[in-house]
Amino acid sequence: MSSHTIRLTVNGRSCEGSVEARITLADFLRDGLGLTGTHLGCEHGVCGACTVLVDGHTVRACLMFAAQANGREVTTVEGLAAPSGALNALQQAFHDNHGLQCGFCTPGMLMTLTEFLHDNPDPSEAEVREALTGNLCRCTGYAGIVAAALDAARRLRQEA
Amino acid sequence: MGARQFGARVKRLEDPALLTGAGRFVDDVKLPDALLACFVRSPHAHARIRSIDVAPALALAGVRAVLTVDDLPEPMRSERIPNLMTNPAIKVMRTQHALARGEVCHVGEPVAVVIAESRHIAEDAAALVEVDYDVLPAVADCRDAIKPGAPRAHSDIEDNIAAEVRTEYGDVDAAFAGAPHVYEETLWLHRGGGMAMETRAVAARYDAASDLLTVWSSTQTPHLGRRIIADLTGRHPEQVRVIAPDVGGGFGPKAPFYAEEAVIPAAALRLGRPVKWYEDRREHFLSATQERDQHFQVAIAVDRDGKILGVRGTLLHDTGAFMPWGIIMPYIAAVTIPGPYVVPAYRLACTVAITNKVATTPVRGAGRPQAVFAMERLMDRVARELDLDRAEVRRRNFIRPEQMPYAVGLIFRDGMPLVYHGGDYPRGQAAAIERAAYDGFRQRQAKARAQGRYLGIGIANYVEGTGLGPFEGVTVRVLPNGKVAVATGATNQGQGQRTALSQIVADKIGCRIADIVMTMGDTAAISQGIGAFASRQAVNAGSSALMAGEAVRSKIVALAAFTLGVAEDEIELADGEAIARGGNQPRLSFGELARLAQGMPGVSFTAGQTPGLEHTAYFTAPQASYCNGTHIVEVEVDVETGGVTLVNYTVAHDSGTIINPLIVEGQVQGGVAHGIGNALFEWMKYDENAQPLTTTFADYLLPVATDVPTCVISHIETPNPLNPLGVKGAGEGGTIPAPAAIVGAIEDALAPFGVHFAEAPLTPERIVAALRAAGAYERLG
Repeated sequence: MSSHTIRLTVNGRSCEGSVEARITLADFLRDGLGLTGTHLGCEHGVCGACTVLVDGHTVRACLMFAAQANGREVTTVEGLAAPSGALNALQQAFHDNHGLQCGFCTPGMLMTLTEFLHDNPDPSEAEVREALTGNLCRCTGYAGIVAAALDAARRLRQEA
Repeated sequence: MGARQFGARVKRLEDPALLTGAGRFVDDVKLPDALLACFVRSPHAHARIRSIDVAPALALAGVRAVLTVDDLPEPMRSERIPNLMTNPAIKVMRTQHALARGEVCHVGEPVAVVIAESRHIAEDAAALVEVDYDVLPAVADCRDAIKPGAPRAHSDIEDNIAAEVRTEYGDVDAAFAGAPHVYEETLWLHRGGGMAMETRAVAARYDAASDLLTVWSSTQTPHLGRRIIADLTGRHPEQVRVIAPDVGGGFGPKAPFYAEEAVIPAAALRLGRPVKWYEDRREHFLSATQERDQHFQVAIAVDRDGKILGVRGTLLHDTGAFMPWGIIMPYIAAVTIPGPYVVPAYRLACTVAITNKVATTPVRGAGRPQAVFAMERLMDRVARELDLDRAEVRRRNFIRPEQMPYAVGLIFRDGMPLVYHGGDYPRGQAAAIERAAYDGFRQRQAKARAQGRYLGIGIANYVEGTGLGPFEGVTVRVLPNGKVAVATGATNQGQGQRTALSQIVADKIGCRIADIVMTMGDTAAISQGIGAFASRQAVNAGSSALMAGEAVRSKIVALAAFTLGVAEDEIELADGEAIARGGNQPRLSFGELARLAQGMPGVSFTAGQTPGLEHTAYFTAPQASYCNGTHIVEVEVDVETGGVTLVNYTVAHDSGTIINPLIVEGQVQGGVAHGIGNALFEWMKYDENAQPLTTTFADYLLPVATDVPTCVISHIETPNPLNPLGVKGAGEGGTIPAPAAIVGAIEDALAPFGVHFAEAPLTPERIVAALRAAGAYERLG
């Protein structure tokens, strides 16, 4: 199995590693870097739990090889909160609106909505729901997540 | 005194870690030097194993072991996984071996396990294990399984009938003989899964220094797991610790004990290194338990006013290849059918069939969605035949509040008579009708039809036995640092139990909620435990939290009064301090009191002092607690595509007194989403050889954000007299009536075409097929 040396930035920190070609970005983040906030729910690209940002865009970390992330900038759920540990506006909105139950899909939800709210700071409920169709949640029935997204959008607009 | 937590919308204590990626699920538990496992699973639904050649797999670099059943420790090697729920009606009891011994009976049954330095190597090696199978005839459909001459699902059983149970009261035949109207339905709710977003996972580590086997499992029932692992490995239970850390959803299938939970610890013991296994989603479709899959032939007898005279019929339940949770699902279904209605006479004959599919065990609802589907489809039929409004037919048949407590005439699954204590069914339905604007619906429908749009409305009621015993304990202990440790056998898969129990304890002993240190899902934290199923933890653990809190409160007050030299009724507890009301209000912190309660070495306690500010309570529920509710759903059906849009969804439910409305609303909403899945999407399909056909989330669809409306929820709070909190379960009621309500609504929308539906899920293709069969497209041009 061929091995590749990769250098990438993860949550603002540069890191380097040697990976087999077949290692996915998700496995590299979890096992190589110990960033276990990125979860694997299906490993076939449907559930969205492993969603991370690569150069600001959402990616299924189970469908991307770690080697493909060479030279890229990756953001995971661990990179969302302030260095002080304070929740960011989206995380806080999830907390306030009961946007999570078991919390397993939550990292993917947060990453999808991070990109979405950046691109669409004033979305309608229908647009939020459409944006979330690539992320499965079995616990919440989505109501709290949708409410959290709309709440976060309001907060972020006020901050801006 | 801080604000009262009980009943408040307290934001969850669980959230911050889960929102920052700091949750700790089984696969996140770092075990240095751990090996990874991959199971070799049967590709056949039924086969005899002639031989297994592990040599090619063992030869792969990085492989440390390949284990088959003969490599397992005794008694795991010879005995089957124990049955967890006996019932005298079970004629043939079948559970599986930890690894197949001689025969496999469903696709996905574990045959061997590869242990390697990485998961990738383990998967590579698993493909190299050569199993020589002699393929046997398989039976896929339970209706075929019970026919004479059907292939036997196990080669050593006489027939595929595992059990036959008859549930009845009253003179049902007389009721039918004299009835002016009798209507019959043939119904089927299809097989689906729990589909927690985290699949199953097990990690095990044996520590020789302490002679302790620690097992991390994504389970709802760690105490059960400890007992069985100890039994199967021949160890004392005290030498086994099972931890369910953060668990990414349960919904039932993580309640039974699985073969993998035995094999991974056995491998860790044998190899002397930690071993981890994280199930992939395909494996989950093949080997995690599923449910529904019940066929009903049911008839209802009514008088000219639509009042029920009797209900009778048959139920055929597909248990799959094994019965790890006994025959609970058909049993619950049978006793749930009468529901909130006065049914003077009732009989259901249940047959449980063994097939070559993965086992069924409870999935959110556990037989009740099927039962409610059967009863509510009958009620819709009565309404249609007698030209009555659907809600009115139900209203006429409700058990009235003044009839409470109401004995149905059956024995529930808890072994106790099925008696409803409290609940106001007419009020619940009336609340739902009002919130759903039900009375204006026919106008909305007529207006839409004039525009070529098809709106429909559906209504369904349920009564659900929750809060099953036997017990769940809680320990409350004030620590010398002033924090309050709470330990419980209750487990958390997202239900917010940590928050709910903290609310109860904080109120009771007067501490800050942030000062509570909760340990859940760890057999080392409390000696006895049962776990999460049957919407039981708020009732059982909640009541125990109250009782333990009360006892610790008394100890704190007594010690503070003694130490401060005041009467006990002079002491108030607030924010972690005991304060004397009089004088200059002297006070002692909980931390100081906890130290005092430990005494000094060698110095005798004064009479009345007890060691530690600690108490463990085990509330024992006298019987199940019956919650109830009404769902009303308005749908729009696209007759061209068969697409269904849920326009609005209304729930009125009574789960007794509510500990935290935020959490309960989340449970209801999430439960409805699962019910929507059962009604419209989720269908675990097999071909005629019992080969699974839906093994990805692209084939087996879960509801997504555009499918699930935000429900309008009304809480009706009838305090439950059966526990000190007044609570009932709330975890499954959202799911239970949803398929009945939604299918009823779709049928109502398509009433102009005379389409009738008797199955769920109703996928677009089935709706179009039904419309086509009814000649709808000719009429539409």
